[in-house]
Amino acid sequence: MKISLKKKILDKNEECSLQNSAFFADNNTFCVNVISSPGSGKTTILSRTIGDLKDRLKIGVIEGDIRTDTDAKKIRSTGAAAVQIETKGACHLSAEQVTGALGAIGAADLDIVFVENVGNLVCPSAFDLGEQARTVVLSLPEGDDKPIKYPGTFAGADVLLINKMDLADVVDFDLDRVINHISTLKPDIQIFQVSAKTGEGMDAWYDWLMKRADANQPKED
Amino acid sequence: MHETMIAQSIVEAISKEAAKYDAKPIAARSSCGQLNPINDEVLNFAFEIVAKDSVCRGMTLEIVHIPLKGKCKNCGETFDFDIYSPGCPACKSNEFSIEPDAELLLEEIEFEDK
Ligand SMILES: Nc1nc2c(ncn2[C@@H]2O[C@H](COP(=O)(O)OP(=O)(O)OP(=O)(O)O)[C@@H](O)[C@H]2O)c(=O)[nH]1
Ligand SMILES: [Mg+2]
Ligand SMILES: [Zn+2]
Repeated sequence: MKISLKKKILDKNEECSLQNSAFFADNNTFCVNVISSPGSGKTTILSRTIGDLKDRLKIGVIEGDIRTDTDAKKIRSTGAAAVQIETKGACHLSAEQVTGALGAIGAADLDIVFVENVGNLVCPSAFDLGEQARTVVLSLPEGDDKPIKYPGTFAGADVLLINKMDLADVVDFDLDRVINHISTLKPDIQIFQVSAKTGEGMDAWYDWLMKRADANQPKED
Repeated sequence: MHETMIAQSIVEAISKEAAKYDAKPIAARSSCGQLNPINDEVLNFAFEIVAKDSVCRGMTLEIVHIPLKGKCKNCGETFDFDIYSPGCPACKSNEFSIEPDAELLLEEIEFEDK
């Protein structure tokens, strides 16, 4: 006997991610999941963003790493709240781990929660954390072939930050090639070319963030 | 990692149906979108291990990868999107939209005849 089901497999992660997204909606907190390969500059971008927007937005960070709380310490040195999740070998954060960290950073009172995912261009993209937006960071030294090699990650992004633009003169990186590939994978993606080191290009990213965080607040009529 | 969690969810879903029909499952077919990073060998290996302690023990699992669909804005053609040569196969236009990646589904289960 054969039965046809066509049943959606809702795994544990999806259940928790729905719970998280309800939490963010209820508390008007804008959550951004930040994904990239190791070392592309996630922590540096977040530290700079927090420093520059400190007076305008309350920001907290959930840090995911396989080992150590180095990144959470770096974020705390900017004055923002940060919680470290050590995945102990797992290559991505799960929605359940994020749920567990929301209380500790006081997410309900924040304007923005950034989740810095484990450095990896494959697995994190398959785990929805309940975020409202996903940002992928690609830095120039990684090469311009990444979007075509890791289509799942780039196709799922709302924002692409092309980081380390200060190195544009020393590395070969075909910006047009990247922008072309990405635009076929995700036509409505927002692309910002930045340097977290010099601050170049960061204002456009801040404008996007503030607009989205604002849109998230309840409307007064 | 990812595959183990999926294998667990699939075993749970099949076990539920098996209880409902009071029958022993022997084969099942799942499907997922092209962008879902599922490796068939890893999934089958994980499935075998997870299934061992359940009614699914010894059954086979097939996984079908469904191509991403593109829709041409020029001629309206719907086509399987090829990341290596993106473009409409009918009119060669580069103006097209991409449909969302297919969801992970449990398509069908075959049970032993009673
Ligand atoms: N030149 C240059 N270096 C940068 C820039 N942004 C980050 N870096 C450097 O790149 C290295 C990695 O930066 P991190 O911010 O730690 O990168 P990450 O993505 O958080 O790394 P993981 O958390 O380990 O995945 C550090 O040495 C940074 O100083 C940039 O815009 N320009
Ligand atoms: Mg980091
Ligand atoms: Zn066409």
